[in-house]
Amino acid sequence: MSTVTDKVPVFAGLAPLPEAKGRAGFGGALRSEWTKIRSVKSTLWTLAAAIVIGVGISALGNWGQSSHTTETAVELAHKDLVQRTMFGIILGQLVMVVFGALAVTAEYSTGMIRTSLSAQPRRLNVFFAKLVIVTLVAFVVGEIISFASFFIGAHFWATKGVTLTLSTHGALQAVIGGGLYLVGAALLAFGIGAALRHTAGAITLGVALLFVINIITNFMPTSWQNDIDKWLPYNAGSQVWATQHVADVGTSFSAWSGFGVYMGYAVIALILGLWVFERRDA
Amino acid sequence: MIEVRDLVKRYGDTTAVDHLSFAVEPGRITGFLGPNGAGKSTTMRLILGLDRPSSGSALIDGLPYRDLRDPLRYVGALLEARAVHGGRSAFNHLLYLAQTQGVPKRRVSEVLELVGLSGVAKKRTKGFSLGMGQRLGIAAALLGDPKILILDEPVNGLDPEGVLWVRQLLKALAGEGRTIFVSSHLMNEMAVTADHLIVIGRGKLQADMPVGQFIAQFSDTAVLVRTPEAEALRAAAGERGWTVADTDLDGALIVTGSTAPEIGELAAARGLVLHELTPQRASLEEAYMELTRETGEFAHRPAPAWGGADGRA
Ligand SMILES: Nc1ncnc2c1ncn2[C@@H]1O[C@H](COP(=O)(O)OP(=O)(O)OP(=O)(O)O)[C@@H](O)[C@H]1O
Ligand SMILES: [Mg+2]
Repeated sequence: MSTVTDKVPVFAGLAPLPEAKGRAGFGGALRSEWTKIRSVKSTLWTLAAAIVIGVGISALGNWGQSSHTTETAVELAHKDLVQRTMFGIILGQLVMVVFGALAVTAEYSTGMIRTSLSAQPRRLNVFFAKLVIVTLVAFVVGEIISFASFFIGAHFWATKGVTLTLSTHGALQAVIGGGLYLVGAALLAFGIGAALRHTAGAITLGVALLFVINIITNFMPTSWQNDIDKWLPYNAGSQVWATQHVADVGTSFSAWSGFGVYMGYAVIALILGLWVFERRDA
Repeated sequence: MIEVRDLVKRYGDTTAVDHLSFAVEPGRITGFLGPNGAGKSTTMRLILGLDRPSSGSALIDGLPYRDLRDPLRYVGALLEARAVHGGRSAFNHLLYLAQTQGVPKRRVSEVLELVGLSGVAKKRTKGFSLGMGQRLGIAAALLGDPKILILDEPVNGLDPEGVLWVRQLLKALAGEGRTIFVSSHLMNEMAVTADHLIVIGRGKLQADMPVGQFIAQFSDTAVLVRTPEAEALRAAAGERGWTVADTDLDGALIVTGSTAPEIGELAAARGLVLHELTPQRASLEEAYMELTRETGEFAHRPAPAWGGADGRA
């Protein structure tokens, strides 16, 4: 027994740290959240999947449409081909929902939220640091998806004699808008995740709001559809990656007011999430 | 110092912590005991500001945990459930903690070395054994060189060498004047580790005193007596109202309700020969069982009364 006692080093090489300096603030929280995002493989896979699915579906869709279309270049020029190049966003947004939700629900499902909050008990710091990092990462991934989709799509349509460049009317704004739309999807899911603290629940609700709800309203009477349609998150948000709007007839919003409505939903979810995050037992 | 003042925590109908008040002093190891569901983990979460008290307060050197400027540098905590994302490496788990308050990166490697996890530092914690997870939790608690350690069942799942190591570590840290607050169900380990005990049952304070006093107060004093005149002694003890029991040991008797000096004096007064007169030290376990027998949330039927002097230690 005593041999064990003698062998066990109590403080093997552990030097005392210099005095604390009172530095646990927002900067530290940002660094910490960045480490959290980049150090889990499944998060990185989710982001990779968003790019592969978003760009891949765009490419497939535009390749198919451009090679089968019977329309002439002149007819095609009247279509919103810029938006069509970013077709894959419709599925890419679902993966962004997964990313946004997991960024917060994984802390609860693993229990590490308690570790996080004992290191930084001022919860607003944790919440907003996480929000900033998620926003930045979603922005980069979102813009990669929208720009890559646009250029690949433009390449296919060029074979039909339609030239699409970023200086095409409204194209630059729409392509940037495509990425922004994906940021909104991640933030909506982030807010829902913080409010529900449940991965499957948050993803389901996020997907329902962005995707399923559009299918459901298709089965509603036309008069209802006219009132509701433009307010649906997808319909409002997708105006920002379109170059043609039917705003004039009142059935859709213009690019930025539509995006504003869309982000309004995300903000509501975030406020609810923040409230729960700050108030409820961890 | 940790101060808990009239703390109450209710979850719906359950009162997990019920008007609890105590202080955990620096420079010693304070054991936190109580049956399953007594409210130990809840109290610790309340101290750490993770749960909001229904009323009352928990203060760290006079401040609520939320107001600590560098919490990790002040308080190191190991929580009951493994609070780690399995997809992240041990190193990165500690790194994101260190980054919240400017703890240098090299410290992460140092604490991993200390707890014996350097070899698996880059491995995902999903594959860690119970003991490895526990070591990682201890590493996280030590990360900020804290003045106060709050450890919920730290030796749970550790191998014997690990248990010994934690005991020595805690003693050394307390020796440096740090505050150590540690819960455990292992009475024998607590008996050799803790200096002071806080015992709760159903969320209420049951005892707050040094270990020695606790054992003395909550166990019957027993004395082992050997005498060739057993029957005479039995009769004499009976007159005084002491209880005398036989043991498995040939002819030895156990006298309870009295002390060795009293028995010696009685024997001398009656002219009885004694061959042995040995006070039996009750174990912490026995004292604890005695105290919690009635209060335990999940109380078991009492065990057979006398299991021998140092029974099932
Ligand atoms: N988040 C919670 N929601 C509802 N009830 C809870 C919650 N946390 C604890 N409780 C209840 O509070 C009581 C105290 O639980 P706690 O985990 O603090 O006990 P404990 O002393 O740590 O027990 P153990 O020794 O088994 O770890 C139990 O009845 C438990 O069911
Ligand atoms: Mg517990």
